[in-house]
Amino acid sequence: METIFIIGGSAGSLKVLLEVLPQLHHHLKFPIIIVLHRKGYADSQLSFLLSTKTNLKVVEPDDKDILEPGYIYIAPPDYHLLIESDKTISLDFSEKLNFSRPSIDVTFSSAAKVFKENTFAILLSGANADGVAGLNHVKANNGTTLVQNPVTAEVNYMPLQAITQSKIDFVLNPDEIAAFINKLDVP
Amino acid sequence: MIEPDLIKDEELESLLTEIAELYGYDFTQYSKASIKRRVNRICLIDKFTSFAELRYQLIKQHSYLQRFIEEITVNVTEMFRDPSFYKALREQVLPQLGTYPLIRIWLAGCSTGEEVYSVAILAKEAGLMHKILLYATDINPSVLEKARNGIFPISQMKLYSENYILSGGQRNFSEYYAANYDFARFNDDLKEKMIFATHNLVSDRSFNEFQLIICRNVLIYFDKDLQAKVFKLFDDSLEHLGFLGLGSKETIRFSKLDKHYHQISTEKIWRKQKEEQRRFKTDFT
Ligand SMILES: C[S@@+](CC[C@H](N)C(=O)[O-])C[C@H]1O[C@@H](n2cnc3c(N)ncnc32)[C@H](O)[C@@H]1O
Repeated sequence: METIFIIGGSAGSLKVLLEVLPQLHHHLKFPIIIVLHRKGYADSQLSFLLSTKTNLKVVEPDDKDILEPGYIYIAPPDYHLLIESDKTISLDFSEKLNFSRPSIDVTFSSAAKVFKENTFAILLSGANADGVAGLNHVKANNGTTLVQNPVTAEVNYMPLQAITQSKIDFVLNPDEIAAFINKLDVP
Repeated sequence: MIEPDLIKDEELESLLTEIAELYGYDFTQYSKASIKRRVNRICLIDKFTSFAELRYQLIKQHSYLQRFIEEITVNVTEMFRDPSFYKALREQVLPQLGTYPLIRIWLAGCSTGEEVYSVAILAKEAGLMHKILLYATDINPSVLEKARNGIFPISQMKLYSENYILSGGQRNFSEYYAANYDFARFNDDLKEKMIFATHNLVSDRSFNEFQLIICRNVLIYFDKDLQAKVFKLFDDSLEHLGFLGLGSKETIRFSKLDKHYHQISTEKIWRKQKEEQRRFKTDFT
């Protein structure tokens, strides 16, 4: 397992995920990580909601879980999600970054250090600047950067920030995202 | 803004080894991804322009070590964090412990003490205060100093009060502290049974036998081997039928001890089996 696909999003992203997940291949050969801003506690519901939309296994990981192909990992509320060089997950309860925990920047950057050019990171709709610096790290490690087409975003601030401040390889409409991911699966 | 990467993996390894040899504080088995972020962070805060500068400061200036430890360990904590965990303590663990003549609880990695005061409140409400002892330890002496004082920002009380209610609390949370300008000073009767001491989970040994050990959001900073070592320490420090409570994303699943413990609820609380049960389980699994 060489590749990682990470999705970061804030306000207005859930809708996009609900559209993308049902279209994903059922046997992806790499893991997907989703880092979504959400209001504090309460919703481990999110993993449940998303799991009803796909046959891929959706989990909110424990610390030190090993990344497995074909799994979708949801960053748990109130923890940063980091990737170790042995491809296990480390959770971290340090200070919020960009007012966010989990922070998209943290996961993007940490994954980029491990997966290098095989890192794919997409930033979706949102009103926060989180994720942009992470995309720059992905790029600096020769990974691939993607962003939701701001025109299609419920809140376009985050994707616009990404486009103006990072080198973005692909700008995708929601209906193109699943196709992009599925294509990665066929080497 | 993300921290620029000042430090290479090998450099970090060798610095941590050096610190371990020089000072006896061993961080070499901390989770690499997060300790690297912490070390980067301290370089930014203390304005080191290179890794060499940080290293020089650490090796030459012995007094800097304390600051280093304070900054690379994460001290963030809350009262009644994850209310459902405290609800399970209240409903499933404390009633069991109530049958003992003396109840010893160890809170390892207690940080500034919010967790300890939360458990004290549970004990008080369960009517167990007279026979309980709360041993609260941390590697970092300055957080223990705060824990001892039991003075927390008033701005947090709204959240803590909500958490308290979600944990099954039925009193008025503000009964437990005196509000004083920006601070809430927790009542002395909560503090009576607390014993604070520095204890390093990496290098210090078991110091007593407990019926309940709570260690939350500390193991996430350790790699798997170090976690296994600490689980062994907890096992050595836990009576049979004692309980072990971990953070909401921590698990003993990866440890050999797994088969001698069973999870008692959907919360991260395990109970140590009796000797016979242990043998039985080992024979048949
Ligand atoms: C994130 S806090 C957790 C506080 C509290 N238990 C909670 O869950 O809210 C982690 C604490 O672990 C402590 N710690 C880190 N390494 C340690 C070690 N080797 N031995 C003991 N405590 C340690 C830190 O000083 C810090 O106070």
